[in-house]
Amino acid sequence: MQDVTSPTNSANREFVAFRVGSQEFCIDIMGVREIRGWTQATPLPHAPSYVRGVINLRGAVLPIVDLAMRFGLGLTEPTARSVIIVVQVQQQVIGLLVDAVSDILTVSEASMQPTPDIASDLAKTFVKGVYAIDGRMISIVALDCVLPVIAKAAA
Amino acid sequence: MTVDTMAAIRLTFFQECEEQLSEMELGLLAMDEGNADSETVNAVFRAVHSIKGGAGAFKLTALVQFAHTFETALDHVRAGKLTPTAEVMKPMLRAADVLADLVEASRDGKEIDESSYAGVAAEVKALTLVGGEEEAEEAIDFQPTVIDFGLPEIAAEPIAAPRHEYRIQFTPHIELYANANEAALIIRELSRLGEVEVNCDASAVPSLDAIDEAGAYLSWTIRLSSESPIEAVREVFEFVEGEADISIETDGQPDVSDADIAALLAQALGSAPATEPEIEVATPALENADVEIGSALSSVSPLAEIPAPETVVPAAQAAETPKAVAVPAQTTIRVEFDRVDRLINLVGELVINQAMLSQRVIEANFAASSSVVIGLEELEQLTREIQESVMAIRAQPVKPLFQRMSRIVREVADATGKQVRLKTDGEATEVDKTVVERLAEPLTHMIRNAVDHGIESPEARAAAGKPAEGTVRLSAAHRSGRIVIEISDDGAGIDRPKVRASAIKKGLISPDAQLSDSDIDNLLFLPGFSTAATISNISGRGVGMDVVKRSILALGGRMSIASRPGKGSTFSMSLPLTLAVLDGMAVSVAGQTLVVPLTAIVETLKPKKGEIHGLGSEGRVMAIRNTFVPLIDVGTQLGFRGTVADPERSVAILVETDGGARNALLVDSIQDQRQVVIKSLEANYGTVAGIAAATILGDGRVALILDVDALVTGSFESQSSDELRYGTGG
Repeated sequence: MQDVTSPTNSANREFVAFRVGSQEFCIDIMGVREIRGWTQATPLPHAPSYVRGVINLRGAVLPIVDLAMRFGLGLTEPTARSVIIVVQVQQQVIGLLVDAVSDILTVSEASMQPTPDIASDLAKTFVKGVYAIDGRMISIVALDCVLPVIAKAAA
Repeated sequence: MTVDTMAAIRLTFFQECEEQLSEMELGLLAMDEGNADSETVNAVFRAVHSIKGGAGAFKLTALVQFAHTFETALDHVRAGKLTPTAEVMKPMLRAADVLADLVEASRDGKEIDESSYAGVAAEVKALTLVGGEEEAEEAIDFQPTVIDFGLPEIAAEPIAAPRHEYRIQFTPHIELYANANEAALIIRELSRLGEVEVNCDASAVPSLDAIDEAGAYLSWTIRLSSESPIEAVREVFEFVEGEADISIETDGQPDVSDADIAALLAQALGSAPATEPEIEVATPALENADVEIGSALSSVSPLAEIPAPETVVPAAQAAETPKAVAVPAQTTIRVEFDRVDRLINLVGELVINQAMLSQRVIEANFAASSSVVIGLEELEQLTREIQESVMAIRAQPVKPLFQRMSRIVREVADATGKQVRLKTDGEATEVDKTVVERLAEPLTHMIRNAVDHGIESPEARAAAGKPAEGTVRLSAAHRSGRIVIEISDDGAGIDRPKVRASAIKKGLISPDAQLSDSDIDNLLFLPGFSTAATISNISGRGVGMDVVKRSILALGGRMSIASRPGKGSTFSMSLPLTLAVLDGMAVSVAGQTLVVPLTAIVETLKPKKGEIHGLGSEGRVMAIRNTFVPLIDVGTQLGFRGTVADPERSVAILVETDGGARNALLVDSIQDQRQVVIKSLEANYGTVAGIAAATILGDGRVALILDVDALVTGSFESQSSDELRYGTGG
């Protein structure tokens, strides 16, 4: 199970890799709209702890999800290096607060490995699979699960 | 004319039809209410007439014929032969509906079976027979469209219709091209006046080696067949006079020179400015009018004949000729919605950018009198004005929506044999266009329900001692930063025992359920509930109030019912004004800026010692002039802080909710009053309890707009939601 990724493999995909705490994650570059620096967010009342609030993205209100908090890795203390990855998830556009963007990866579809079977809710819920690159393990984030379905009809 | 241009003109025609129809409907409703002044009647007449004229140009026979019948009846009203009583207005309003249907069908290229509206057509025709003899009809038919010259010796018709044959010789000089004019454009302009036949004379073109690329070698002979007067033809050449040899000849019988006509026309126009809107008879649109006018012509004056072959006219003279037809002022333009949205977003960015620039200037310590600071202040003012103007574009009054409802009322009333009048209120209330659009369906449904289920039959009403004619009231108003739309009827009210029985029968509630009156009323919103004893094709098709409620909820709205047996029911919907502009008060709460909709605010107070009283374990009330109102700490309510604020260091804002209840909101301080742009939280996130929407402040940060109603209601619920408090405290 230690396929080394070779660019000649069929169906190459590009991923944006980033760091959350000490772990590395990645998301498909096609879902990434832009990457921008951290700005202070306006907190939302009654929001889950991992929703840091909302920021203004050129006139649109963008919710910010603290990925570390979401993954149960503790609250991110935003620094100058912290970035917001703006992603499109179905009809919604959200910002992911991460510690740093590390890489753009080109990997083949085939080299994706299933999520190792560990007894962690985090892994089961948010990780679609992993890539092994240069001895690093990079988990693919299942974006659909990051922002919970907020009861839209809730009054 | 190419297919594309035709399609574009067609599109414009139908767009204009929409406007004309709405104008017509508005006028007819005013007439129905007894305001049949000549201006109103004229406006309706003009609208129908314009539709007919345009339809003629596109050979929409069915539309033309019906419009003609309708127009004739309207003309009788205009002429005072027909009094717009209720009996007259009823078929008129029905005719308006048919006309709208025909326009729609024509637009979509569908056919409407003539038999479906033959009854209405006959009714309308019958109206004209009452007023005067049928023979008179044809003769007076086009009279209204004609300019009243006040010069009896000149019949008005002749000027309108004759076709002129022009022979135009056009030889551009070098200067024409040098001044960036283009012969082809001028010829194209001519082609707009009528049919053209263009011959190009290329005999003067030298051989290739002798050619000067800036030279002018071509000349054209153009035959133009047009209804436009010679002045219009000359006008085409206005910009190139002196840069070309231009000669315009007209073919026909020499009787009266064009110059004379022009003089008369100018004089007539000068003497009768009020008739300006009716000059449209001079436009070529009324092709269908030719026949009728033609027959009138033969009996009228020699003016009718085609004017003289008035030899060569120097183009320079054209400029001196008075303009014959006044161009009406342009009042609206059509813009794609995306463009407006883009503009709104860009202006939003501009505002934020400008605010940041101001911040930098302050940091740079410029003197307050320096030109940089002064210039920046001007910029700020301008930006604000631009923002306000741009915002006003997107907000639209609910008027067109309400107008459509009057038709629904008529149709359902007719189908059910009831007499119903729709009264509307607050039509000028502005909401975002999207809300207006998405309201149409639920509103239609509710109006149908109100007429079908709410209003009783005339007999039942008489028995209950009510006037035979029922009233459905539709109103819109801004309240607490939301738009509240109410539909009320003076019918029988909700039959609660029947609703209850029906719900039990359908298994929606258990037979021994204890329900309050309002609980029973709310059963109407349950899926699969329908009270109609028989399923009519008007309402009660299984899709009922639950669908209505769902679409209102999807818009971020709320719905409520109030009903009194025998007196009627009121359905109210409260909807957010997404993207509309909101007047709000910016306040500080726990370090955050929040916006309280100004409409909800009654007054602001500084709580004093002794005015705050505890009530129960956590509740507090505030004494305001001997009444006690619940005090709500916004900071703890929204979970921004754990401990309640000290009232004496805070400001209380007295607010009134949709239902009229008063509460005091406790905030840290008031910043200022401002207009804010409403931004949706739902689009990328979802609804947040107690928050209506978001806005973007001058410094680029997002601020939340309070939903006063939800906040107040929420304060009576358990405080457990505070456990979900936002983690970092911002």
